[in-house]
Amino acid sequence: MFSSYELGLLSQIGINILLGLSVYVILSAGQLSLGNAGFMALGAYTASVLTVNFKLPLTLALVAAGLVSSGLGFIAGFPALRLTGIYLSMVTLGFGQMIAAFFLVFAYTGAERGFFGMLPVKAGTIWAWTIGLGILTYLLERSKAWLGVRAVEDDEFAAQVTGLNTTVVKLSVFAYGAALAGVAGGLYAHFTVYIEPHMFTFSQSVMVVLFVVFGGSETIFGPVLGAIVLTLLPEALRFITDWRLGIYGALLIVLLMFRPQGILTRAFLRRVASLRLAKRKEMS
Amino acid sequence: MFLQQMVNGVMLGSIYTTIALAYTLVMGILGVLNIAVAETFTFGAFVGLALLVVRVPVPVAILGAMAAGAVLSVIIERFGYRPLKDAPAVMPLLSTIGFALVYQTVIENVWGSDPRQFPSELFSAAYHIGTVQVTGIQLWIVTSTIIVVLALSYFLKRTQMGRGLRAVAENPLAAAVLGIDSKLINVITFAISGALAGASGLLVGLNYSAITPLMGEEVGLRGVAVMVIGGVTNIWGSLVAGPLLGIAQVMAAAYLGASYQDIVVYGLLIIVLLVRPEGLLGKPNQVRRRT
Repeated sequence: MFSSYELGLLSQIGINILLGLSVYVILSAGQLSLGNAGFMALGAYTASVLTVNFKLPLTLALVAAGLVSSGLGFIAGFPALRLTGIYLSMVTLGFGQMIAAFFLVFAYTGAERGFFGMLPVKAGTIWAWTIGLGILTYLLERSKAWLGVRAVEDDEFAAQVTGLNTTVVKLSVFAYGAALAGVAGGLYAHFTVYIEPHMFTFSQSVMVVLFVVFGGSETIFGPVLGAIVLTLLPEALRFITDWRLGIYGALLIVLLMFRPQGILTRAFLRRVASLRLAKRKEMS
Repeated sequence: MFLQQMVNGVMLGSIYTTIALAYTLVMGILGVLNIAVAETFTFGAFVGLALLVVRVPVPVAILGAMAAGAVLSVIIERFGYRPLKDAPAVMPLLSTIGFALVYQTVIENVWGSDPRQFPSELFSAAYHIGTVQVTGIQLWIVTSTIIVVLALSYFLKRTQMGRGLRAVAENPLAAAVLGIDSKLINVITFAISGALAGASGLLVGLNYSAITPLMGEEVGLRGVAVMVIGGVTNIWGSLVAGPLLGIAQVMAAAYLGASYQDIVVYGLLIIVLLVRPEGLLGKPNQVRRRT
């Protein structure tokens, strides 16, 4: 049905959507994480060690990867209680770099030589996780608890005054975002079947942030769209590969100047929905 | 051996101080984390190298690198910072990431991605003090760092413009009420920051005797670490944190192995953040206020 090249692209899209969501949920509470590649690394190494050295099934290994990353995300969230805005972004940046630096010297996982021996994962398995966690995130977003998350984004102080426990909200989004990144990392490791620390540095974190900023950070469909477009775009831009990142950068600058909320916004989706409703009325 | 490593650490650290100052100026005065400082730094290194290759004296090459860095930085001010000045602080940060990607790509396409060597005759001079060796280039590095820090300190403390900068850092609104031209201040801040980044790029290149288009990211992120460790709200924090980190990194490389450099640098960062999030010389209350 699909060529292996197409399956590879599909797998990458699935993984990138999960990564985009991981930044998106943290950003939903107004916190920009520049260290999600670190959580991804932790998930990738955890899952790989469990399937290769301990012969665990992939599903269990991925659950473990999500839990371990989530634990670290929870810890990384603590500075978030004292810091806000850019300061927090710098903390996440430091955390992310620290995790990559740790795997660079951790002999058990091969240090700088990297870790291998994973069995390749099917695109279908990746998409099962992507869709499952996507639906979970979507449902979370429609839940009452999510109002708290958006309240923290809008005005943390006001949210606190109304009696909302902002500490719990912030730590939860960090833990959940890190879990998503961890699962994505685990899938990524079984997609590339070889991982090494330099795959998980700052540039990777930045790439993931781009998914969200391009697609839009107001609705869950934003990062999904961003991940799809930015994964496929390099294929379309093959003839100017050398300039690819520069083009992303220029697009980002222009986007921020003219449409800082990203391509998809809540207002836009509402408009589309009302148009569709009007059409349905016409037909009946 | 140990003394020699100390000297090398201080050399590297003095460069970190300069690059951290480039971050801190924009961060402390305008509240923007300029990610593209790293690429401005690389650009300075390549321009400086191009000048040195045609046998321009070292001080002139440093000035050239500073000018190149200032130009790139002012472009960021115009198109990345000015349109987003009143948006949440995350927005200009994202825009500087865009500039980082653009500059990175331009540097790679103009100069190629292979490492480039500096002319070898630059490194012939060396002086021996006991068992410690100091090269002529290292003297240039330390001298220029000292000059840069003194000049910056004079500018900020004694000149009208410098006082304006500090007033904006203290309270932008009050500064505007007092008739300080904030537009000009923003441009000047970015220009100085870019000049510092450009100079430190060339100095790092001279320290390692070779440069690559990707060196900015590694050194730049360490510069962010130096800034945070020193204290974001106090631009002089990097005077302490720079040499501290330089020595720690050189010692880690010498006694543990090259791959341990990063874990020592970022380990220090995490410890400082957990124990004293305002940094070594920072004031705690300001970290919360400016978001």
